[in-house]
Amino acid sequence: MALITPLLLQLVQMALVLAIAPLLAGLVRVLKARLQRRAGPPLLQFYRDLAKLIIKDAIVATGTSWIYRAAPYVIFAASWVSASLVPSFGTNLLFSWSGDLIVIVALLGTARFCQMLAALDLGTAFGGLGASREAMFASLAEPAMLMIVFTVALIAGSSQLSVIATFMHSGAAGLRLSLGLGLVALVIVALAETGRFPVDNPATHLELTMVHEAMVLDYTGRHLALLDLAHALKLTLYMSLIACIFVPFGMAGPGAAPASLALGLLAYLGKLVLGAVLLAIFETAIAKMRVFRVPNFIGAALMLGLLGTLLLFVSATL
Amino acid sequence: MMVNSRTWQAAASDLATGRSIFVALWAEAQDDGCIIHLAGRPQGSGEVRLLSLAAPDRLFPSIAQHHPAASLMERALCDVHGLTAEASPDPRPWLDHSTPYLFKPVTGDGVHQIPVGPVHAGIIEPGHFRFSVNGETIIRLEVRLGYTHKATLGLMRGHMIDHAAQLAGRISGDSTVAYAFAFARAVEQALGIKAPPRATALRGIMAELERLANHFGDIGAICNDGGFPLMNVLTAALRERVLRLAATCFGHRLMMDRIIPGGVTTDLTAAHAKLVLTTLTDLRGQWARLFELYEKTASLQDRVVTSGWLDPMIAQRLGCGGYVGRASGQDFDARRDACYPPYDTLAITVPHLTAGDVDARLRIRMAELEQSVTVIRTLLATMPPGALCTPLPDPANLTTIERNDARVGHALIEGFRGDIFAHVRVHRGRIEDVMLRDPSWFFWPALEAAIEGNIVADFPLCNKSFNPSYSGCDL
Repeated sequence: MALITPLLLQLVQMALVLAIAPLLAGLVRVLKARLQRRAGPPLLQFYRDLAKLIIKDAIVATGTSWIYRAAPYVIFAASWVSASLVPSFGTNLLFSWSGDLIVIVALLGTARFCQMLAALDLGTAFGGLGASREAMFASLAEPAMLMIVFTVALIAGSSQLSVIATFMHSGAAGLRLSLGLGLVALVIVALAETGRFPVDNPATHLELTMVHEAMVLDYTGRHLALLDLAHALKLTLYMSLIACIFVPFGMAGPGAAPASLALGLLAYLGKLVLGAVLLAIFETAIAKMRVFRVPNFIGAALMLGLLGTLLLFVSATL
Repeated sequence: MMVNSRTWQAAASDLATGRSIFVALWAEAQDDGCIIHLAGRPQGSGEVRLLSLAAPDRLFPSIAQHHPAASLMERALCDVHGLTAEASPDPRPWLDHSTPYLFKPVTGDGVHQIPVGPVHAGIIEPGHFRFSVNGETIIRLEVRLGYTHKATLGLMRGHMIDHAAQLAGRISGDSTVAYAFAFARAVEQALGIKAPPRATALRGIMAELERLANHFGDIGAICNDGGFPLMNVLTAALRERVLRLAATCFGHRLMMDRIIPGGVTTDLTAAHAKLVLTTLTDLRGQWARLFELYEKTASLQDRVVTSGWLDPMIAQRLGCGGYVGRASGQDFDARRDACYPPYDTLAITVPHLTAGDVDARLRIRMAELEQSVTVIRTLLATMPPGALCTPLPDPANLTTIERNDARVGHALIEGFRGDIFAHVRVHRGRIEDVMLRDPSWFFWPALEAAIEGNIVADFPLCNKSFNPSYSGCDL
């Protein structure tokens, strides 16, 4: 029993993130459309698109190697596993003890590496363009993410998300400057990593301005479905991560009754909706940045993360 | 005026020194060889002058060797008529896609090429862009067009005037009023007739409505390509209101085929005139708020200011008109400088800026919106009564002398992009020779020049601020 409940919860968590990721991405699209006074796509359009793509033939560009064909599966698997590692409605997840924040960063890094490799494998100008931009952004976003991990881990005394969530929920953390810096930094990293404004425009049709889209431009059928789903999972992951670390309220602890699990689930969904609303408003209010401004933007996250970590060395209460 | 090769070369060097501005270059097939026509206008004037040179053995001295702005048109006419421009600096085919195109080589450490188009990720007109870049920085851009070549001018030659007028209105759909206007005026000049005053006032209203609709669309599209889609949906709504207003008042959203040689086909009732006024007042209140949004969105300003700078020197040498020229210090507007009705009775102020960047081209459009509203209001207030159309002289009723007499007319009309040049020669009610020149002929090379040193990701933004027509050049 001691093992079965966490395993069950873990399986529920895996199914949950997979099921709601397209809904969350669809919700952001709908909210953005409404803010722009457009009708926008139906809320469930993302699922329909996925269904359509899966039954279509996957046409593979000529001259590509097995890397190009394998990449979607690796990217999807890495994104799915990392999204499943972030406690959402309850902290009592089986895998949570085997995979901490650093593992999540590493898994996402693996996914990105495969994505860039596949884009370069394609050999088109756009693949190279997208990959080089992605590398430029990632070279700053990844260390920034690690700095945030260090800040949070130093405060909570662990890099395991369930421990962090429990610690934050207990109120022992208090009001800390370093956490504030970490939150801002994490939001910036999340925007960059999920390809949102002002770093990338997920809705653009302009090949020359694309980052993520440029790398997946030639994918079709089930490959594209997996990549789209992986991208949506990444958005869910980062929203869950922010919710888990900074607003862990309502999350069910170990050994919680089904009622509190249900409450945890409701709280989690509420947080995601709130996150989607904030993201849509933010994306509507600002314009995309020039490509060369983006390193400054992500660089700010790196500096904030570094500052957060350094502050904790100065005083453990900051 | 028929000239010899010496005068031809002298005219070309006049263009090169900037004493006169290049307008158009085209050829006309004859039984014994070809005649090349060169249209130019004195600096600062809208009065177009024509020079014609016989090319009996399909050879003519290149204009482009003196004046590079003529290069594209020269290459196009060589392809269409099988001519050769002597001492041409760029003899590569333009419209002829039968041979592989040799892009100008760009070499250097780390230089690579990005081919884009003619099939794009979005739904836009077809054009191929070859970027030579170093990292993200564009070293050189070469534009390759001709994918929508449909021989429109060839389709017009030999046909009756009304048929040709319809084709003229279809050269570039977004400028259908301006093209029909230009063609009509050229034909009227050739036949020696005048459109009635009510018709010219209505033409002015249609031309300004077209300008309003396109400028709204452009302003939104520029902001959209700058990564600010909110502005695009808001201006799209304004554009839609203008188009619906046009549909209500003139029976067609783009007002296609509403201007014909001799006058117009549709009258504006008093009720519709009132509707135009109330709609414009309403729109004006709305766009003032939009422009405030544009100016106050710092992240958007960061994208548009200093991007895609076009040197006023280049704008002048290329003879760029319209918002491209006026944003780079060129004080030219055919409505004022070519002074055709109904604008001859109006005081047209020409806004011009010297900044030459994306922001300046957008601000010129904003200033022109204001001006268009003023023009429409004045025209509506002073709308003369009377006929809508002067009938064209029936070729059957002409005297023998008139019948054998081919007659020439040309016009320079300010479309929303810039000055559209139209030239016709009419013989017995049929079009013998025709040229319609879009302002985009000069925008494409200007874009190639302006984009150098910008980053690849800013190209769509810069391109949209020029908004050159593909169809208008692929004649």
